Amino acid sequence: MWDLDKWQEILTSIGKHKLRTALTAFGVAWGIFMLVLLLGAGRGLHNGIAYQFEGDAVNSLWLMTGRTSKPFRGLGEGRRIKLNNDDYDFLLDELEQIEGLSGKYFISGDKVVKYKNKSIRYPVQGIHPDGAKAEATKPTKGRLINHQDHEMTRKVAVFGGIAAEQIFGEEDPIGKEVSIDNVIYKVIGVYVDTEGEWAMKRIYLPISTVQKVYSSYDRIDQLIVLAGDLSFPEMLKLEERTREIIEERKIIAPGDNRALRISNFAEEYQSLTSLLFAINSIIWIVGIFSMIAGVIGVSNIMLIIVKDRTKEIGIRKAIGASPRSVVSMILMEALVITGVAGYIGLGLGILVLAGLKGVETEFFRQPEINIGVAIAATLVLIIAGVFAGLLPAIKAARINPVKAIKSE
Amino acid sequence: MISLQGIHKSYEMGANSLHVLKGIDIHIKEGAFVSIMGSSGSGKSTLLNILGILDDYDQGEYKLGDQVINSSLSQKEAAQLRNRHIGFVFQSFNLLSFKTAVENVALPLYYQKVSRKERTEIAMSYLEKVGLAAWSDHYPNQMSGGQQQRVSIARALITQPKVILADEPTGALDSVTSNEVMDLFAEVNDQGITTVIVTHEDDIAALTERIIRLRDGLIERE
Repeated sequence: MWDLDKWQEILTSIGKHKLRTALTAFGVAWGIFMLVLLLGAGRGLHNGIAYQFEGDAVNSLWLMTGRTSKPFRGLGEGRRIKLNNDDYDFLLDELEQIEGLSGKYFISGDKVVKYKNKSIRYPVQGIHPDGAKAEATKPTKGRLINHQDHEMTRKVAVFGGIAAEQIFGEEDPIGKEVSIDNVIYKVIGVYVDTEGEWAMKRIYLPISTVQKVYSSYDRIDQLIVLAGDLSFPEMLKLEERTREIIEERKIIAPGDNRALRISNFAEEYQSLTSLLFAINSIIWIVGIFSMIAGVIGVSNIMLIIVKDRTKEIGIRKAIGASPRSVVSMILMEALVITGVAGYIGLGLGILVLAGLKGVETEFFRQPEINIGVAIAATLVLIIAGVFAGLLPAIKAARINPVKAIKSE
Repeated sequence: MISLQGIHKSYEMGANSLHVLKGIDIHIKEGAFVSIMGSSGSGKSTLLNILGILDDYDQGEYKLGDQVINSSLSQKEAAQLRNRHIGFVFQSFNLLSFKTAVENVALPLYYQKVSRKERTEIAMSYLEKVGLAAWSDHYPNQMSGGQQQRVSIARALITQPKVILADEPTGALDSVTSNEVMDLFAEVNDQGITTVIVTHEDDIAALTERIIRLRDGLIERE
């Protein structure tokens, strides 16, 4: 295999058959290149749709409280139910297998935000660090609220993209100090939320800070249970369990929807999940079919090459080549050409995808490819090509050299 | 050197079987210069293929030197025997078109694992012997038929075989070139190499020392 002389023989042969080499190499490189592009484009579609819809479809439960509508355990109706930090802590302990939990504090009325000579009103909310996941907001600059902000009740603020633009214009908001409702906060980040423009006109503060500033030490207006990728039936169970816990803690009649309303977003999440699954399946089908097309293409080229070389095989055998050496020579040549070409195609495909990385349209963004998948696909194509060449090569090496020589 | 005893060979042609060689006895001494003649279909090409271990036979016995040649030889052993003991010369030269003259001549030594440098040197010396040293870097399609045939003879000689088998070596050449090629075979034979030439041309056969005539799969006369 590492016989230098053999490699010289193979490389010379490759170099002397420029057209054949070029055609084979082009066929293989093109096949891989297209495969990478198709898979990448499919991934781009997947990312686009995920980005478009995942803001509305986080697998989560949203808890809001109101007044009781039924008397229960000696307590009358019309009683106001309020959530607080203890409920938060209790749920966090009690509910296993959840991904996160966030409270929300709605500061009533839009608050005046002042920076330099600007003064605009925005809705302001206090959230836990997991709140960003619940809203599916993503940072575009700086960072979102983290656990340290929460624990140290830092006076920090995260601005929605539109609010940040209106207040800061061209300036970089990060690190700037702004006045919100006459309290000074430091801007640590700007987020994007695909749900809509209104969702990017909000300002988020750590809930602990809000509770302190507005002197409502443990008030929570809304609780959001993040469920990760729990299945639909599991989500129904989680909803039931959560309801039981809160009903028990707050002494609410079972099923009193006015006192405790739980919105379950499992269905939305499931339909997005199945949409993405469908897109993924299409990507795989497209990928597999292009692989098959590629394998057929490469196999055809190999068949033609072997046919083209039958006479050469006969001559080599007549002057003393063993069938094995002839077969191995042909296969090594094929391997070198398809291998080099395959990886050129792979590299070009990845380069083009990298060039498209910035593309962000409504349903298509960030095409990418799993490198492992791409390399595996290339290997499959190369091995398939070599196997396609193997059979006719063995056959050619077996036939009588005189017949092989006379074949034109 | 070559000993054939009662050789039979048939080809299956669908349901029919074509009996090509019907009991051939030939003995060729070492250093002989022999021609095998016959019209097309007489079995002379089949006979040459059997002599060259390119084809097997159905019945009889073939000995090359002390070596019994039969179907128990593996493909690899057959290839080695061809490589070491037999040099082939074909009607259509059968040089590899993508290799230069010197590379073509050197090729059999590649299969003996002789180093590139060494086999190129040896190949040059054989090209010199056939008078084509100046053409060593030319490709087959840049040479005349006679030159190509001389290159292929150099290739046949490079392994210092015991036997040279030539299948219609002058079939594609004009008469002047044919004579030159036959002179070369005579020189080769003078060095003691057994030379067997298959031809259907009487004047070519007349240049050899012994003529074996084949007709319908049997030796007609000598």
